Order: sequence, then C-alpha cells, then structure tokens
Amino acid sequence: MPRGLKSVTSRIRRREREADPVEAAPQAAPAGEPAPVEIAPNDPIIAYFQAAEGAVDVESLELESPALDALRAAGVKLVVPLVSQGELIGVLNLGPRLSEQDYSGDDRKLLDNLAAQAAPAVRVGQLVRQQEAEVRARARIDQELKVATLIQQNFLPKQLPDLSGWQVAAYYRPAREVGGDFYDFIELDEDKLGIVIGDVTDKGVPAAMVMAATRSVLRASAQRLMAPGEVLERVNELLVPDMPEKMFVTCFYAVLERKSGKLSFANAGHDVPYLGTPDGEVTELRARGMPLGLMSGMGYEENEATLAPGDTALLYSDGLAEAHDHDREMFGFPRVKGLTGGRKAGQELIDVLLSELEGFTGSDWEQEDDITLVTVSRSLGAGMAASSNGVGDTLADFEIPSEEGNERAAMERVAEAIGDLGLSESRLDRLKTAVAEATMNAMEHGNRYQADVPVAIQVLADDDLVRVRITDRGGGEQIPDAETPNLEAKLAGEQKPRGWGLFLIERMVDEMQVVSDEVHHTVELGLHLRGDDDGDN
Amino acid sequence: MATTEATANVHERDGTAVIELTGEVDRYAEQAVESAYAEVASRGDGPVLLDFQKVDYINSTGIALIVGVLAKARADGRSVKACGLTDHYREIFEITRLSDFMTIFPDEASALADSNHSQEGGTNG
Repeated sequence: MPRGLKSVTSRIRRREREADPVEAAPQAAPAGEPAPVEIAPNDPIIAYFQAAEGAVDVESLELESPALDALRAAGVKLVVPLVSQGELIGVLNLGPRLSEQDYSGDDRKLLDNLAAQAAPAVRVGQLVRQQEAEVRARARIDQELKVATLIQQNFLPKQLPDLSGWQVAAYYRPAREVGGDFYDFIELDEDKLGIVIGDVTDKGVPAAMVMAATRSVLRASAQRLMAPGEVLERVNELLVPDMPEKMFVTCFYAVLERKSGKLSFANAGHDVPYLGTPDGEVTELRARGMPLGLMSGMGYEENEATLAPGDTALLYSDGLAEAHDHDREMFGFPRVKGLTGGRKAGQELIDVLLSELEGFTGSDWEQEDDITLVTVSRSLGAGMAASSNGVGDTLADFEIPSEEGNERAAMERVAEAIGDLGLSESRLDRLKTAVAEATMNAMEHGNRYQADVPVAIQVLADDDLVRVRITDRGGGEQIPDAETPNLEAKLAGEQKPRGWGLFLIERMVDEMQVVSDEVHHTVELGLHLRGDDDGDN
Repeated sequence: MATTEATANVHERDGTAVIELTGEVDRYAEQAVESAYAEVASRGDGPVLLDFQKVDYINSTGIALIVGVLAKARADGRSVKACGLTDHYREIFEITRLSDFMTIFPDEASALADSNHSQEGGTNG
C-alpha cells in the first residue's frame, strides 16, 4: 500500500455463507484505525465491485448502497476490488492521499497490479481457514455423537427380563444423530414388572442427558409407588424444575403382573401402544396425560388391560410410525397397528415390523429418528410354566446350530453350567441324557437340521430346582404325547425300533413342560437338586 | 461338535460272540453295529455279548439300534447279553425294559462265566 494511505477495512458478508463471514481484513481493527465497513450480502455495491475493472472512485460513484454511504463516511476515496475466479473476495479501501492530491494513473495501475496478485493469495488463505473451521466443526459433531451414543447405550437395559410364561423382546436402533429414545424394565417384586418406553424431544447430548435423568427418576419412583399414574405424576414433578427449555419427555409406563397377565398403565403423551390377540384383534392402550417436564401439577389417567395367553403388547417410538419413504409418505400408525395382531409374538413381531419398514423405506434409507420397539407376549402355554414363583438365576443362555451331533455339545455345556450345584452323579447323568434327547428333537423335528436355525438353551436354577429350557422354531405343530414305546412290538418287527426320545426325557427328569406358540416350541426340563431316588436303584 | 466314529469289533470268547462297542452309540454307529451283527450271524447261532465298556454315550437312536440287534437275535433264536454299562445307562436299559430281554453283567468276565451255566442271573448288579 502506498505510504501515507489511510486504510479502512471492509468486511464482506457472503451471501451463501452468512453464518461464516469471510473477512478481507483482521476482525478487530487495531486501535486508532477506523472500524471496518460492513457490506451486507444483498448490497448492490458487491455486484458493482465484482464487475469493476480496476480501482473504483468512491466519490463519483452513483449507487443506492448503504455500504457506499458507510465507505464515504469512513473517508474512503478509492476501493480496489479483489476478485478471484470472478468472485469478489475482498476489497482494499484507501483514504485520501496524505498529499491531498488525487490518485494518479500510476497509483491506480500499481494498485490494480497489487489486487490482481493479492486476490488469489487471499482466496487461498480464506479457503484454508474455511476448511479448518469445517474440520473442527465436524470433529465436534462426531465427538458429540459419540458421547450421546455412549450415554444412550449405558442407560438402556443390558439384558431382558426373564419371565416364565412370557416372552419379552426389545429393539433399539439409534439414528445417525442419536435421538432421545429409551426403554427400561424394572423388577418391582416377584410378580410385578415395570415396563417403560419414552422419547425425549431433541437429539444428541442434551437429549441423552435428559433421557438418563428421566430413567433414574422413574426407576426410583417406580420402586416406591406402585400405581403407574402416581409414578408418572411424581416423575413429572421431579423433572419440571430442571428441564431445559423447549424440551420434554413422552413416556408410557406400565406394570405387568406376570401371573394374572394384568397390565396397568399410564401415558405421558407417548405414542399409544397396541395390544394384539392371536386372532388378529388389536386394541389401543390409551390413557390421558401430558408429556413429562412441561408443567407441574399434572395428573395421569391410569387404565388396565389383561394379556391372555397368546396376546402381545407392542410399545414403540415414533421413529417407526413416522419413517418416510422416497415419496415422503409416512409408514403410519395404522400400518403399525395392523401388523400387531395375529400370532406374532416377541422377537417375531419385531422382525416383522422391521422387515416391513425396510420394504417400505428401501434399503438405502437414512434413518430419520431413533427406532425403539418393545414387545411383551404371554406364551400360549402360559400358566403351566409359571408353576413356581421365582425362576432363579440364569446359569447359561446360549444357542447351538442345528447340526447333527451338536446335542452332545449342548449336554456338556449344560453340565458345565450346573457343575457347582452339587447334583449327584446319577441325577446329573439323567439331566444330561434328557438335555441331549430334547436338543436332538429340537434340531431334528423343530428346526429340521437347518444349521442356520439355532436351538436356544437356557439353564436356570433356584435352591430347589434346576430348569433347562430348550427352544426351537417348530412352533405351531402338534406335540405328540410321550407314549410308552411298545418294546414287544418293536422286537417282533411290528413297529420301527425308534421312538424312544420323549419317553426317555420324561423318565429322566422330575418335571417336563412344553410351551408352544406359532413360532417357537420350548421344552422345559426340571430336576430337583436333591431327590430320594439318588443312587442306582 | 465332532462325533467320534463308533466301532463294533467282533471276537469270539468261550463260544460267545462278543461285540465290543467303542465311542458313541448313536445314529453314526448304525453301520458298525449292523455289520458286526451280520458277522456274528455268519459264525453260528451261539449267544452274543454286547460289551459297552468303552462306550461313553448312548442316545435314543442308539437304543433303537440295540432294539434292532435284539429283534434280529430273537428272530435267529440267539440269546443276547450286555456288559460294561455305567450305572446311568444300566438305568436306561431298565427304564426302556431292554433289560427284560437281555441279561446284564458288570463286565465281560462275569458275562462269559455265566454262559458256562444257563441264561439266568446276573441282573442283580
């Protein structure tokens, strides 16, 4: 810049990036220098500068422009536009020469040359700065996503409740930008289970924090108060004072009595859950109530329903019903409701909903919101399996592929799991044989030796009884009674020599129960830890 | 889990054809058991002893195999004995009533000693 020139900086706000103004000079002008002149993105002077060939005389310019007025007021005489690739990226502002003479033709030539060389360099500088800012912003967003996901995962149940005679299944899939969905199961006493599903407005870390707080408050209140309406009322009171502005929580809370199938529930503005029966009838589990955290003094209506054997309750978040396809059509609540009825229980219903959703949105769909699904199904054979109150500790829970010979692996794993229970050798041998036979049946008759269809095995024990549940996917079929094989007929060649499996199982264990629904078939073997028949005879 | 291939070797001792089974008596043992019995049948009509000493697993399919052998032996008018069963499998032979149709001995020696007498006794293990 020629010596003795007074400089005035201009700050040009870019039309396309208003939030990220690009400056032609340092943001804060050094003391004693005039403040920068702001040029708004819609100021006509921008177009003028962009098209100008060389330095522009401010005095003689005729234009309706707030920036022009400001430049004049700041004493700017000459503006040299910096144009790179046809785009105005900055200007050099010059005040009057100290000699008070006008700028000469040589001065202008010098300035034009300077501008031509400076413009690309300034542009490069701007791009680098912009790039760095974007990288920082992206890293911050990624970090936030990570934190939100971590909070979310930490506060979702690690395992599903194990209820004799019930199938409970849950599914949670966060959107890329994690939302505030949550679900929870709260063991209230031997018979009662609290079931929670909720959704915090907003996304990311704030939503995850509110979700974590809501969950904790709910857990504490649920243990103390039994009635769902009172629980939500209490939770609301606790949340209101600390709830960030414009945030609230929708939440459905139910208490299930596992023996009777009674479900009492209250709803704080959450999507209405459905209750489906095996014959396809679906009812809505409605109860009035405002979302949590909005206003103090709210009451929550409490209602009741009963799940009969074969019934399934579906709790879900709006990420499912409000998913859109390519044409912006919504998956919709009627569709969710329609899929709920019929003989789809537990995980099966979740699988159906998800595959319908994928068919609807297409596989390239970017999920808009968290999707949470919880199903609570009462097994068709419920009641008989719920013979004792508690079911005890789970000692093992695993799956094996339905491949010939795998019954031995199942048998050994069960034996290992109950190794510490102190079963006598003869009782252990009996259980092992029963497990092997039941697993073989499950692989052969239930899963037809399809290796990718596993047999699920669960080992539970309390002080008195060890139970082994062996589940295949052969539900919906008639289970033959364990008839005593007619050995004489077999020896005489009148009957096939086979047919010993079920008979053996029944004789090996103290209890045998079969629970079956449309999809699954479970044999539950029960053996008392100590029996008076210990020994050989 | 890999299953160990069952074998069924036949040898004769004191006029009794001994089928010595090893490994797992399940569906994989079918071939071995049937050919062993065929070999026994080709040797004559003396008694047959099923030796389970080296068997570590018998399942319901294995029970069916033994029922098959028993059926053939009965058709052939041949007496069948068994030995070397663990307490557990001995219980299973009793539950399935296989023990009603074959005499069960603790080991090969006692089974062979018995054949010097008649087809009785030995069930009191």
